[in-house]
Amino acid sequence: MNSSANVLLFGIARDLTGQSSVLVPLAPDTRVSDLLTTIHKQYPALLGIQSLLVAVNGEYAEADQPLTPQDEIALIPPVSGG
Amino acid sequence: MIALTSTPIDVASALNYLQSSQAGAVDLFLGVVRDNTQNRPVDRLEYEAYDKMALSEIQKIVDSAHHRWTLLGCVVIHRTGTLLIGEMAVLIGVATAHRADAFDACRYIIDTIKQTVPIWKKEIFTDGEVWVNAHP
Repeated sequence: MNSSANVLLFGIARDLTGQSSVLVPLAPDTRVSDLLTTIHKQYPALLGIQSLLVAVNGEYAEADQPLTPQDEIALIPPVSGG
Repeated sequence: MIALTSTPIDVASALNYLQSSQAGAVDLFLGVVRDNTQNRPVDRLEYEAYDKMALSEIQKIVDSAHHRWTLLGCVVIHRTGTLLIGEMAVLIGVATAHRADAFDACRYIIDTIKQTVPIWKKEIFTDGEVWVNAHP
């Protein structure tokens, strides 16, 4: 059975989707890069962002990091604090 | 001391926090809202943070600064929400024995915050808006 992940969106990613979080199907063995592919298919508008990183449980994640439904996942568009 | 706040930053209390009898230098960097971006008039900025991760990423930067320099005190406070022209968006403060370390550490902290901390700034112009750094 497939589960899904609730992915937090901030800044331009939130504006482009009109949502502060989105549900994304999470097949077993889904990795960060797979998640990005799925999200880009669901929300092609996100392809317009210069770069999109993924944070897992509050830490920047590598593309090959595996994901579980328990993880807190967030999309991190280019930061611009300061 | 590390904080995100939706209310104005209190410089006096930050300075007070940095008091140390061993300090020969206290550096404050204040980032404030400018009235234009490349001559396009700015009306206001809106800051948004992934709070939990922003705090932990700032903590990593402060830890790294402590590793590189002998800091007697360090304060980082970043605003969130709507900021008008002239308002303070960020305060970095460090206390050290000598001024060179204070200047260097202060600059390192603000420069690194701009690169890694999940905080986003939207510039609201009189005729549109843009998330800074987000567009190709």
